Amino acid sequence: MSQLSVYRFAVNVLPKPGILDPQGRAVEQGLPHLGIHEVRDVRVGRRVELAVEAVDAAAAEAVVHRLAEELLSNPLIEAYAIEALAGEPAANG
Amino acid sequence: MTVRVGVVVFPGSNCDRDTVHALSLAGAEPVELWHEQASLEGAAAVVLPGGFAYGDYLRAGVIARFSPIMRAVAAFAADGGLVLGICNGFQVLAESGLVPGALLRNRSLRFVCREVTVVPERLDLPFTRALPDRRPLRMPVAHGEGAYFADDATLDRIEAEGGVWVRYAAADGTIASDPDDPANPNGSLRAVAGVTNAAGNVAGLMPHPERAAEPILGSADGMWIVRSLVESAAERANAPGRPVVVPAAPPAGAQAPEARP
Repeated sequence: MSQLSVYRFAVNVLPKPGILDPQGRAVEQGLPHLGIHEVRDVRVGRRVELAVEAVDAAAAEAVVHRLAEELLSNPLIEAYAIEALAGEPAANG
Repeated sequence: MTVRVGVVVFPGSNCDRDTVHALSLAGAEPVELWHEQASLEGAAAVVLPGGFAYGDYLRAGVIARFSPIMRAVAAFAADGGLVLGICNGFQVLAESGLVPGALLRNRSLRFVCREVTVVPERLDLPFTRALPDRRPLRMPVAHGEGAYFADDATLDRIEAEGGVWVRYAAADGTIASDPDDPANPNGSLRAVAGVTNAAGNVAGLMPHPERAAEPILGSADGMWIVRSLVESAAERANAPGRPVVVPAAPPAGAQAPEARP
């Protein structure tokens, strides 16, 4: 039987281009109060970090793709990108 | 014979008892359906009430989609069963792909809690049939994520199918002209307050009919919708086994949000 390893990933979820992002707009409108006037195109999304037990990195990434598609993002309004992370899983608690 | 109507209770639902009360006022026998059960207990219609199912974590309505009761509701809906989602219940239906589109954060970024006016677009639906005309209905909204979104092609298709069943309007019934119109409480596209699936047996809306169920609440207009649902459910309960609604096939090449994996 193959040995399972732990693989860590981050899933970054952002509103799709063209979807109104009122959070991004609010952040952008707040910046002039800091004296910052040169920043634009602020988008606010969500980052989810997780660890997967799998036989290899490809199998682990396939699981992450599935959960990103079916749970972490709503494909109608959001796009996601998967990032492989190095190192040991951070304790959750 | 009174007709049995199910009210789904998720952890975090908070309009379930109001919904039960409104259904009783309309003469139904409400039955509460816990999210962990897989049976609808013979209900002739199901309501997904408002609240914050599973804390609204991740996105409003998304975790609820995976509960045992929602698998039963999805199968019931596919058989033509009547399902009404109110507020958070609408968000659950959208996340489940049982109605098209998505509910985004309100354009104002604020939780909006006030009375609004909606105009019913159709009087022939199981959810509007008790209405004598397309009169404006006053009902409260209370939500942070109610801005209806679908892409233009999907909106065109939904409108062509008659799927937009209520729209936000001014008190005189004039439909809100754009997402920033004050009569539009959340920035919904095309003033959409509620949509149905293509077959017309599953409907969601953001305003709360059950909170406008008696004059002492400031409006009893919501009872037009509650009574329509109960009447339709009673009719179906008395004609068991009848294929009530034949789901229409989506037009060739059209995006089918109902078919999300």
